[in-house]
Amino acid sequence: MAEPLLEIRGVTKRFGGLVATNHVDLDIVEGQTHALIGPNGAGKTTLIGQLAGELRPDAGRIRFGGEDITGLSTPARSIRGLARSFQITSVFREFTALDNVALAVQAHAGSSFRFWRPAGSDPALRTPALEILQAVGLGPRADVSAASLAHGEQRQLEIAMVLATRPRLLLLDEPMAGMGAEESQRMIAFLRGLKGRHTILLVEHDMDAVFALADRISVMVYGRLIATGAPEDVRANPDVRQAYLGEEESP
Amino acid sequence: MTPSRRTVALVAGVLVLGLVPVAAALFNQPFYIDLFRRIMIFAIAALSLDLILGYGGMVSFGHAAYLGIGGYAVGILTHHGVPNGYLQWSLAILASALIALVIGAISIRTSGVYFIMITLAFTQMLYYLGISIEEYGGDDGMRLARRSQFPGVIDLSDATAFYYLVLGILVLFLFLSHRIVNARFGMVIRAARSNEARTLAIGFAPYRYKLAAFVIAGAMGGVAGALLVNHTEYLTPEFMHWTRSGEIMFMVILGGMGTLVGPLVGALVLLLLEDVLSAWTVHWQIILGPFLVLVVLFGKRGLVSLLPGGAGRG
Repeated sequence: MAEPLLEIRGVTKRFGGLVATNHVDLDIVEGQTHALIGPNGAGKTTLIGQLAGELRPDAGRIRFGGEDITGLSTPARSIRGLARSFQITSVFREFTALDNVALAVQAHAGSSFRFWRPAGSDPALRTPALEILQAVGLGPRADVSAASLAHGEQRQLEIAMVLATRPRLLLLDEPMAGMGAEESQRMIAFLRGLKGRHTILLVEHDMDAVFALADRISVMVYGRLIATGAPEDVRANPDVRQAYLGEEESP
Repeated sequence: MTPSRRTVALVAGVLVLGLVPVAAALFNQPFYIDLFRRIMIFAIAALSLDLILGYGGMVSFGHAAYLGIGGYAVGILTHHGVPNGYLQWSLAILASALIALVIGAISIRTSGVYFIMITLAFTQMLYYLGISIEEYGGDDGMRLARRSQFPGVIDLSDATAFYYLVLGILVLFLFLSHRIVNARFGMVIRAARSNEARTLAIGFAPYRYKLAAFVIAGAMGGVAGALLVNHTEYLTPEFMHWTRSGEIMFMVILGGMGTLVGPLVGALVLLLLEDVLSAWTVHWQIILGPFLVLVVLFGKRGLVSLLPGGAGRG
């Protein structure tokens, strides 16, 4: 069997007495959408933070595309194709939507020690950025400042920035957070369009979204992965039902 | 695309500055050449600070260091019998850039209050170094025997010629800054100011870019220092006093951070008010203080934001 795109082995993170990530082993296979679910405070975002390089694990290794990236910085991981969206929307608020995406393109277009040519009229940055904005449905809003976009649009913009880095693996931390029902449906439809073409690790609370999108699901409780498998197996797993899905009716 | 009002204001301001020597000759008031030359020199210093403060989000509370380094580069060479302006100004730029590289390499690893305190501490070190070197006048400073010499090109002892040179350098730096902040390089430091976590996550390592901006700002500040010592014809450690750093920072905040015209407006308003009020009463700071507080309170983005249509980009 081919080597997984992302290999997490024994990753552990402690905050004082709290073990936020407890010996997590996980493989993400190229081309799959892998959902990570679990109750609030289970440590999902902490794990994403360690994958993106914002947090250093206390123990364990992370391999990406066959390379050990445990010690690499966040930008170095981004350059290798790991891209993340944040649970709390994180965009460049003072810049237009198009500027935001063009910056993400620029970050992956070689050195930015270029002092003369205006970036705002550089087709090498603007053309791909506009294409991506159109793909996520923000084309008409390209020249609106990010701060003036509606919440759902800002989330779409974040996805556009993630895509603009031409990632091999998308780490999406609750992309539907704070969205209305209709916006969520649109985002699910959009993410479904990415399925297969991109490898995705999706943290999400919205079970409809998870079961609609995921090829595999891992369940995290108190920093530990208690189950990983196909959606129907996870849904049927008694531990999972007790720990997490317990209060929900089986659909 | 129609030019923004801010650009119009900038061009109008530069044109008015160009007419100052004509008006001064007309009304026989050579003093104004002196006053506006000083204003423009501080505008250059404030512009260089704005590159890192307004665009790069680096609150350097030690920018007067480069006024001092530029001033000492000229003063020391003149003192040792080297009045050649090309050598002096090259030394001013190189020494400022080098010291900015050292200060920046250390301070940019920190942020917030620590960044402010480290930049302040470095400048205080340089200030006390200036005080302690008796050879160059120590605490009292020393007179500059003659202005920088550019034989056959320009004579700085001609007040009007020197004035237009300063104006030319100001316009050149405004243009260079405009290119820099809108180029890919400028976009990185502005992005890092806007949202550091996002900047890292999309793949930028902003440290190198911020450091380069810090060095560019230092070099520009060094030019302002070389101009200032030629203007005052007197070298003193007071160039590097922390209140001077505060004054330059205030010009940027007063005029409008992260704009090109802001530092010019700030230098104009602050130094003109100082001039007018101090002629009127010795207690002028009692009037200036509350005015500055009001501007900061009500024009949060500086005087530039009070221009009609000034809230836009540019």
